[in-house]
Amino acid sequence: MSLHGKNQRGQNLRELSAEAIFSLALDGELRALGRLITFIERDSDEAEVISELAHARAGNAHVIGITGAPGSGKSTLTGQLVALLNQKHPRAAVLAVDPSSPLTGGAILGDRVRMEDVASPETFIRSMATRGHQGGLALAVPGVVRVLDAMGYNPIIIETVGVGQVEVDIAGTADTTVVVATPGMGDAVQANKAGLLELADLFVVNKADRPGANDVRRDLDHMLDLSHTTGQDQRTGMRPEIVMTAALTGQGAADMWAAIERHRDAITANGQIDERRASRDLEEVRNRVMAVIERRVDDLLSEHGTTGALKAVRDREMAPSVAAREITNTRFG
Amino acid sequence: MSEPQLRVVLAKLGFDGHDRGIKIVARILRDAGMEVIYLGLRQSYLNVVNAVEQEDADAVGLSMHNASHMTLAPKMVEALAAAGLDVPVIVGGIVPDEDVTELLEKGVAVVLGPGASAEQVAISVRDAVAAKA
Amino acid sequence: MSDPREEWQQAYDATTLREGPFDTMSGVPVDAVYGNAPYPGQYPYTRGLFAAGYRSRLWTMRMFAGFGTAEDTNARFKELLRAGGGGLSTAFDMPTLMGRDSDHEWALGEVGHCGVAVDTLADMEDLFADINLGSVSTSMTINGPAIMIMAMYIAVGEKTGVDRSALAGTIQNDILKEYQAQKEYIFPPRPSMRLITDMMKFTSAEMPKWHPVSISGYHIREAGSTAAQELAFTLSNGFAYVEAALAAGLDIDDFAPRLSFFFNSHSDFFEEIGKFRAARRIWARWMKERYGATSERSMRLKFHTQTAGVSLTAQQAEINIGRVAIQALAGALGGTQSLHTDAYDEAMALPTEDAARIALRTQQIVAHETGVTNVVDPLGGAPYVEWMTDEMERQAEEIFAHLLDIGNDSILEGAYAGIDNGYYMGEIADAAYRFEREVNSGQRIIVGVNDFTEGDDGQRNLLRIGAEVEEYQLKRLADVKQRRNSDAVTASLTRLASEAADPEVNLMPTMIEAVKEFATEGEIVATLEGVFGTYVEKAVI
Repeated sequence: MSLHGKNQRGQNLRELSAEAIFSLALDGELRALGRLITFIERDSDEAEVISELAHARAGNAHVIGITGAPGSGKSTLTGQLVALLNQKHPRAAVLAVDPSSPLTGGAILGDRVRMEDVASPETFIRSMATRGHQGGLALAVPGVVRVLDAMGYNPIIIETVGVGQVEVDIAGTADTTVVVATPGMGDAVQANKAGLLELADLFVVNKADRPGANDVRRDLDHMLDLSHTTGQDQRTGMRPEIVMTAALTGQGAADMWAAIERHRDAITANGQIDERRASRDLEEVRNRVMAVIERRVDDLLSEHGTTGALKAVRDREMAPSVAAREITNTRFG
Repeated sequence: MSEPQLRVVLAKLGFDGHDRGIKIVARILRDAGMEVIYLGLRQSYLNVVNAVEQEDADAVGLSMHNASHMTLAPKMVEALAAAGLDVPVIVGGIVPDEDVTELLEKGVAVVLGPGASAEQVAISVRDAVAAKA
Repeated sequence: MSDPREEWQQAYDATTLREGPFDTMSGVPVDAVYGNAPYPGQYPYTRGLFAAGYRSRLWTMRMFAGFGTAEDTNARFKELLRAGGGGLSTAFDMPTLMGRDSDHEWALGEVGHCGVAVDTLADMEDLFADINLGSVSTSMTINGPAIMIMAMYIAVGEKTGVDRSALAGTIQNDILKEYQAQKEYIFPPRPSMRLITDMMKFTSAEMPKWHPVSISGYHIREAGSTAAQELAFTLSNGFAYVEAALAAGLDIDDFAPRLSFFFNSHSDFFEEIGKFRAARRIWARWMKERYGATSERSMRLKFHTQTAGVSLTAQQAEINIGRVAIQALAGALGGTQSLHTDAYDEAMALPTEDAARIALRTQQIVAHETGVTNVVDPLGGAPYVEWMTDEMERQAEEIFAHLLDIGNDSILEGAYAGIDNGYYMGEIADAAYRFEREVNSGQRIIVGVNDFTEGDDGQRNLLRIGAEVEEYQLKRLADVKQRRNSDAVTASLTRLASEAADPEVNLMPTMIEAVKEFATEGEIVATLEGVFGTYVEKAVI
């Protein structure tokens, strides 16, 4: 910690500007970094300034997405990965994303438990709730990753539950996307349904000491054979590896990391990594534009001028498609 | 968003393994719309400080069912202050009446007894956070 | 002979009865049993393990207590022995239960608090000083580090000239419920189970009077489970130990009679009675039908009962005496072998002496004034009681089926899987939260808490433990560490580590050697953690 940081210790963050908090965070004050992430998460007024500062410094971290069905043991596995990185990559960051309760908006975030004790003291762990609002998470996560990246964290691991399109998409925006499957849950099929199969750069068959693990491996292999023309070969030029692990014993976490590194090296060598990052930024711009447009469309549909058409739809006098064309023609035509 | 979501770190310090209460409190706070960062059993002061910093938590809840609350809770308050973290510490569990005053003097924000209702728990957390703001 | 009534009569006649009279307070003589077959003492033992029930002998009024130094507890043991008692109940403090020494950073404020502090063999020697271990029966409530404490007990015996084969007693040693509910675990489940199997093998071969596991549902219930979950998780843990012992090559009728159980008695009177009756029936059937036991002793489920600490309220604490009385009565009507009644002030702190005396008196009232001990299974045949017994069994069987399902037809594997995937913790947390919400919404009345709240003065005398115990213990530990041969300690720990890495080796002999060199509990635990790892639970809320 720098002397500068020390002098600021105890200073109320509420009294500081976003820029000042950013520089405190650069000096290594974790509570300042924690606060920056809160701003991003809330998409508050400070968020844009912070993103601006962060974007200029980001672009160095290897971003890894880990996803899988509930109960696949991915949080245990992430914990073991963090323990493994302890020596080689002490400044790793983990973003653990869990669903908010749709009823109350609250959430219980319990993923730190298995990481805190095994991680190096320099590891940064942040728990994030999905907070219900559509698309909000898809906007917040890249922003948080950017800040962590700007602070020098590397690698950055995003862990999400592999249910729901938003969560899957988030994991899919990583440099290296790992999909965790387990025996006995029909996971290969599930993975296929959720679109995880196409996203995966690497499969981990967890609980490989259980009966049926080899069946999962075989199923995944078959599906990769079939999707060989549509999937990863085109996108990355390589077929996803399948790694067998047993999260409970820690066996295999090293194999998993080695495979992650191989993937990173390969996409670095063939330039894929830059393309991915460019398309990730593009996607973020697109999402933000979409969010604005969506809001405008909502406004538009509540405006006086459109009520006639909407009423006609309700009274079955006009088809929805006709109404939509009428509205867009008058407004955007 | 209307009101910023409160984030609360829940932990048990020391050897005490009674986690029925802390789990119930976790659900009460979730159902009151808060985000609970659940650390669970056998946490160190450092773990809690790290969590508050990294998670930018608004409050810390400690559940204590052994007689060690008089040792552990004030130390937690000190550890947070030493790290420059101005967040309220709320203690729940088995705390005899005569200890409550001393804990409050030593910087604990609220002490909740075994009979506290869900509403009281949630309101205490909100009030304790509001008092710091 | 085929008539069950005649069979029962013969068994009853062959039993030595305690002194009567067995009649009502008004002098009306009563029979020993009423109702239908199968009678008490007959398979599947729903109505009791033995024909004469409490007419033969009352339950053991076992009061579990203890705090302070080993010397304090030793003095109390001796008093108890002078008063004619033969059973010593040992409670350990939190650091000891967690396998840590008194100088561990978390031990501050805990040393000697809820039990005695044992760091090294020297403490164990103090604890049992001048007591002939060959003539007492010792119960030790400890789980995670049970093998070390057991090794120390054996070593004390050896040093005082008592062969291990003469040692009698019980060690709780039920690690599965630690992961599920009580949370005093150290190592991951599989290596922990290896330690238990080592102990089962060792005691089977060398310690015929020792009970190596006491399977405990008490803590599962305290953590918030329902009655049926307590029943099912506990019995299935019993099945898991049976499967582990069978896999280790032990004969079922050799070790099953040495298993004993420990249940909670809560406030819903008939549910508790149904639970106890169902427990006996399920255990008998499973032992006979699934595990092939042939000896009746293997099929008889013996249990200790403690009233529900979690039911005690801090508000108007005196009314807890009423709760404890009702719970104690349920234990008696359920046919418990021994009973601990909680003190009314336990919701706030350790019991004061007065409160502990009232608790003991409460069960004496049940035993000597109510007349329920005159008739064996006096509620047997009552439609509601029989229905409740069946219902408890039905719910338990559903849970067993789930465990067999996730364990590929093995209850032991099901237990591992359930711990790993958070099944037990989730079920218990759900049940606890449901109950809490019902109380909170006023749907369920807890007297003095959410209704009838007038009249709480809130003032009570509480027992406090001074800091002297801690100071004494820290000095004691430092002294022992200085006096011992540290090279010998290192050598024995090194050997322990290498043997721990080989699952074929029984760790017990080397463990005994290590404690004799005064290796501390914390050092041994650290050594084993180096091989086995440390268990960190997944948060299931």
